[in-house]
Amino acid sequence: MTRVLRTREFWLGVIVVAMIVGTNLRSPGFGAPGNVLGIFNNTSILMILALGQMAVILTRSIDLSMASNLALSGMIVAMINAAHPELPVPVLMALAALIGLGLGMFNGALVWRLGIPAIVVTLGTLTIFRGLIFLIAGGKWVNADEMSPDFIQYTRIVVLGMPLLSWYAIVIAVGFFLLMTRTSLGRSLYAIGVNPTASVYAGIDVGRTKFIAFCISGALAGFCGYLWVSRYVIGSVEVANGYELTIVASCVIGGISIAGGVGSVVGALLGASFLGVINSALPVINISPFWQMAISGAAIILAVILNARGEKRGGRLILRQTEPAK
Amino acid sequence: MKDDARNTRHIPDRLDSPVRAAVLSWPSLLLAVAIGLFILNSLASPYFLSPWSLSDATFNFTEKAIIALAMALLIISGEIDLSVASIIALASTMMGLALQFGVDTPGLVAIGIATGLACGAFNGLLVTRLGLPSIVVTIGTMSFFRGISFIVLGDQAFKGYPPSFAFFGQGYVWWVVSFEFALFLVFACAYYVLLHRTSFGRWIFVIGNNQIAARFSGVRVERVKFILFCLTGLMSGIASVLLTSRLASTRPSIAMGWELEVVTMVVLGGVNILGGAGSIQGVVLAAFIMGLVTFGLGLLNVPGIVMSIFIGALLIVVIALPIVVGRIRGRSAG
Amino acid sequence: MAGPKLSLTGVSKYFPGVRALHDVSLELHSGEVTALIGENGAGKSTLVKILTGIYQPDEGKIEVDGATVVLPTAHAAFEHGITAIHQETVLFDELSVAENIFLGHAPKTRLGTIDWRQMHANAQEMLVDMGAGHIGPQQRLKDLSIANKHLVGVARALSIEAEIVILDEPTAALSYKEIEDLFALIDLLRKDGRAILFISHKFDEIYRIADRYTVFRDGEMVDKGLIRDTSQDEIVRLMVGRSVDRVFPKKKVEIGAPVLSVSGLGNPTEFADISFDLRRGEILGFYGLVGAGRSELMQAIFGISRPETGTITLDGKNLAPKSPAQAIEAGIVYVPEERGQQGVVVDLPIFQNISLPSLKKTSRSGFLQTAREFALSREYAERLDLRASSLSQTAGTLSGGNQQKVVIAKWLATQPKVIILDEPTKGIDIGSKAAVHEFMGELVEQGLSVIMVSSELPEILGMSDRIVVMREGRIAAIHENDASLDAETLVRTAADIAEVAA
Repeated sequence: MTRVLRTREFWLGVIVVAMIVGTNLRSPGFGAPGNVLGIFNNTSILMILALGQMAVILTRSIDLSMASNLALSGMIVAMINAAHPELPVPVLMALAALIGLGLGMFNGALVWRLGIPAIVVTLGTLTIFRGLIFLIAGGKWVNADEMSPDFIQYTRIVVLGMPLLSWYAIVIAVGFFLLMTRTSLGRSLYAIGVNPTASVYAGIDVGRTKFIAFCISGALAGFCGYLWVSRYVIGSVEVANGYELTIVASCVIGGISIAGGVGSVVGALLGASFLGVINSALPVINISPFWQMAISGAAIILAVILNARGEKRGGRLILRQTEPAK
Repeated sequence: MKDDARNTRHIPDRLDSPVRAAVLSWPSLLLAVAIGLFILNSLASPYFLSPWSLSDATFNFTEKAIIALAMALLIISGEIDLSVASIIALASTMMGLALQFGVDTPGLVAIGIATGLACGAFNGLLVTRLGLPSIVVTIGTMSFFRGISFIVLGDQAFKGYPPSFAFFGQGYVWWVVSFEFALFLVFACAYYVLLHRTSFGRWIFVIGNNQIAARFSGVRVERVKFILFCLTGLMSGIASVLLTSRLASTRPSIAMGWELEVVTMVVLGGVNILGGAGSIQGVVLAAFIMGLVTFGLGLLNVPGIVMSIFIGALLIVVIALPIVVGRIRGRSAG
Repeated sequence: MAGPKLSLTGVSKYFPGVRALHDVSLELHSGEVTALIGENGAGKSTLVKILTGIYQPDEGKIEVDGATVVLPTAHAAFEHGITAIHQETVLFDELSVAENIFLGHAPKTRLGTIDWRQMHANAQEMLVDMGAGHIGPQQRLKDLSIANKHLVGVARALSIEAEIVILDEPTAALSYKEIEDLFALIDLLRKDGRAILFISHKFDEIYRIADRYTVFRDGEMVDKGLIRDTSQDEIVRLMVGRSVDRVFPKKKVEIGAPVLSVSGLGNPTEFADISFDLRRGEILGFYGLVGAGRSELMQAIFGISRPETGTITLDGKNLAPKSPAQAIEAGIVYVPEERGQQGVVVDLPIFQNISLPSLKKTSRSGFLQTAREFALSREYAERLDLRASSLSQTAGTLSGGNQQKVVIAKWLATQPKVIILDEPTKGIDIGSKAAVHEFMGELVEQGLSVIMVSSELPEILGMSDRIVVMREGRIAAIHENDASLDAETLVRTAADIAEVAA
């Protein structure tokens, strides 16, 4: 139990719960199960994206192209849906994930094969992917009336009290948890972040593992492309513009170290929840939603300061102090 | 050459002549690209070569380029500041607030610049005093600074800047040369001297290459980095004055997304994102290239978003190309 | 009896300008501990890197169980059952103990996922078997002491069933009790039939644990045999080699008044009660085993870290440098042991490296004057006989010896009062070594004072006026370096071996 008390995730969880409870005092009903589920549903996409980003950050890289990837994949499936409403939606979902995977592979290959720093590669693809949307769509939007009812409903159908969108997030989170904790790949992602040199000794291919991390973030971003377009019923160049840094922020608040190797699935989810709860709570307690940005900024700064505090190192242990000198 | 008693071997200053080294450098590659783009543009559109349209073209990159100068130094030292665009927003908001209290042009300028400097100092303190990674700190302050603008302004805007304030973003100092552009040229020269001709500039390179060896050689690493964050904030404050003056209004969404464009400009200019290498010439040329591309494609009625594809691709290609070429050479040699 | 488990024959390894290993052989036998003995720079670490697949030998062959093998990668060495536990343990600080043990070969469930329960149980069992039950399999490695990290390293070696285990100075940072625990484990590995290579400077340890010994000196194997047939004195003599020649260019220099006085200096973990005087024109040697706290002490004097107690006085004035910049200003400079990391900036040209701390002198009100930088750099580069094709060459392209000359030139250009040299000739070729030694002689002639940290006996005996011996963070003795002082006395003081009754 004391072990749990010492973890970052526990305290972040406490803060998130406290925010819900606190808001509930001011505005009864905020903490009601239905409303909390609503907040969760609203945060689902961010959670999935934060998980993808986490896989990359663990390996000492960063994927700034996720939001553009999302927008591009979403736009493509929205256009396909508009043109061929008869295609079953699950096919489109898979397609969105595949497109995202392809884009992620492109990032990963540049990082792996050419050794270009991830931040440069994804800074480039960030603008390229978004530009491609315009080329493909010619600046047009895909509106609600062009989408098939199924396309819109597949995030909304309520199953066991929750919309499908929430269920996607749950399934992905569980899958991701298993991936990170139960597979060699997951553990390799951690290992190369903690100590790339020692990883080579342990027989891990560092470059290839990074490539796979980008594939994961790409595929999840692509899948979220469908979710976003369906949820907000709009496909356009502007979708999720600037969202890449919100995703990174979720990870940072969730305690995932930008220096690699440190962080947990629960942390990433809580980091996203934190931003989600603030988003929902502010209007309810009559604080203008315009406060949200400054608060999340302050939260990020605070999170980094707290994370860094535990990592100060002492000197080497040379003096023999426990035993009397002979 | 004299032989002294110990008969030491003479070691020359350099083997390659500086001219040869300059010809083979990154900035010359960029210069070639810029000239190529210039020619292409003038072939593509008859309006391109008009002095006034060229002058107009400078407006879309000078403010970013002014920040890029300081950002280049920061990145060479191994740090980064992603909050620059948010500093613009906050500085602009502070100017707008001051305007409501009847502050006049000189006061507005001072407030804008001071806000920028204060924001830079805040970033610098967090990074150097607390030893935090700058990429995360400035992602945080990016939200924080712009967040304050949103709190102040919401969905409103400040307008009604005095006519004398318009000069900074709209005025011309001589013929077609705008104040902004002239200022950029002056700053470019100043930063060139600072980075390449002073001890301070040398320290920046040393820190970016090997921070530990720098400290072991007596370089005050934290102090240099702190100054660089302050400079970046200061330049963002100045850019804010220019942009606010040009738009004659302040919205909290002002300069949204500029941070990544500024970083792109710096990296395209040959600055190593991992620190330790780069030049002001390169950054200036990269600014021109990005300006030419935007303007040239604009003349061809290509929308801005498509230009960004070109810029993004350019960024990756110019960095990948030397690596690929090096590999092919290595293979044929080995 | 079966042949050796692992044998190396005729192995040589050359680096530009340095002969790291020349025609060495080594045999490791199953169920036996072989001690590899040699001074710093004798080629021990190169050998370890060859055995773990990091370096490729230029000549010679490696056999495991009588069959010739090549070890092109770290992974290949791992596959042949060779594992090393390093001085600076290369393990994963942020991962759990169990994971550190099983990374890469974790027990799997039927679904192919990692079986954590099994893994924790296996780790627990393994640690209990080792008598290390106090380590929990779920603890994070970074929360463990160095000793316990070593135990985890041993557990990993057991779990991958490595037949050949290399222990590279494993006791450097351990206390007596911890060393005993580690030895109990090595006994366990030995009974289990593993072939063990044990690298250490400490003779008591070697006699405690090893069955065989092999002595390296200057990259060559000089002797091997059974420990029980050989006396400590014999091995000390083999390791030190030729009765230490004193043909160093040390001239007699008039020794003056104290320049630097250190008194009662200490910090909580690294060193304590350090007091000594350094006099004008003196070379003060600091001898000790690796990890005795010498570098840490020097870095405190240079302002890298701040000591908690004690005072430093330079020319009668109190000095408490908060940063190297302040120490340099006061006239103390430091040539670090980690040359590539702390000394030269490898991607910058030579002249920029040399002029770096003297920029104030070569620039005019902050503006660089390249011509003066070149002139200053040339002056010192040529004085040190630097071998470079031009001063604009990047420092990283130079050999180790010439890089060291760049670092020394950099400091001389600041015209210091006290120069601290930390292992100044470690890993550099004979020619550069001689140049560095000769230069130290010139420096003291000009009235400088030199502190030289060195683990090389010929160097420390050949160059020093007095020798401070450090052991476990404290000063064990200060010897006048006269004809009566011999290498064996130093080794005994440093390693705390009692004098054999004459």
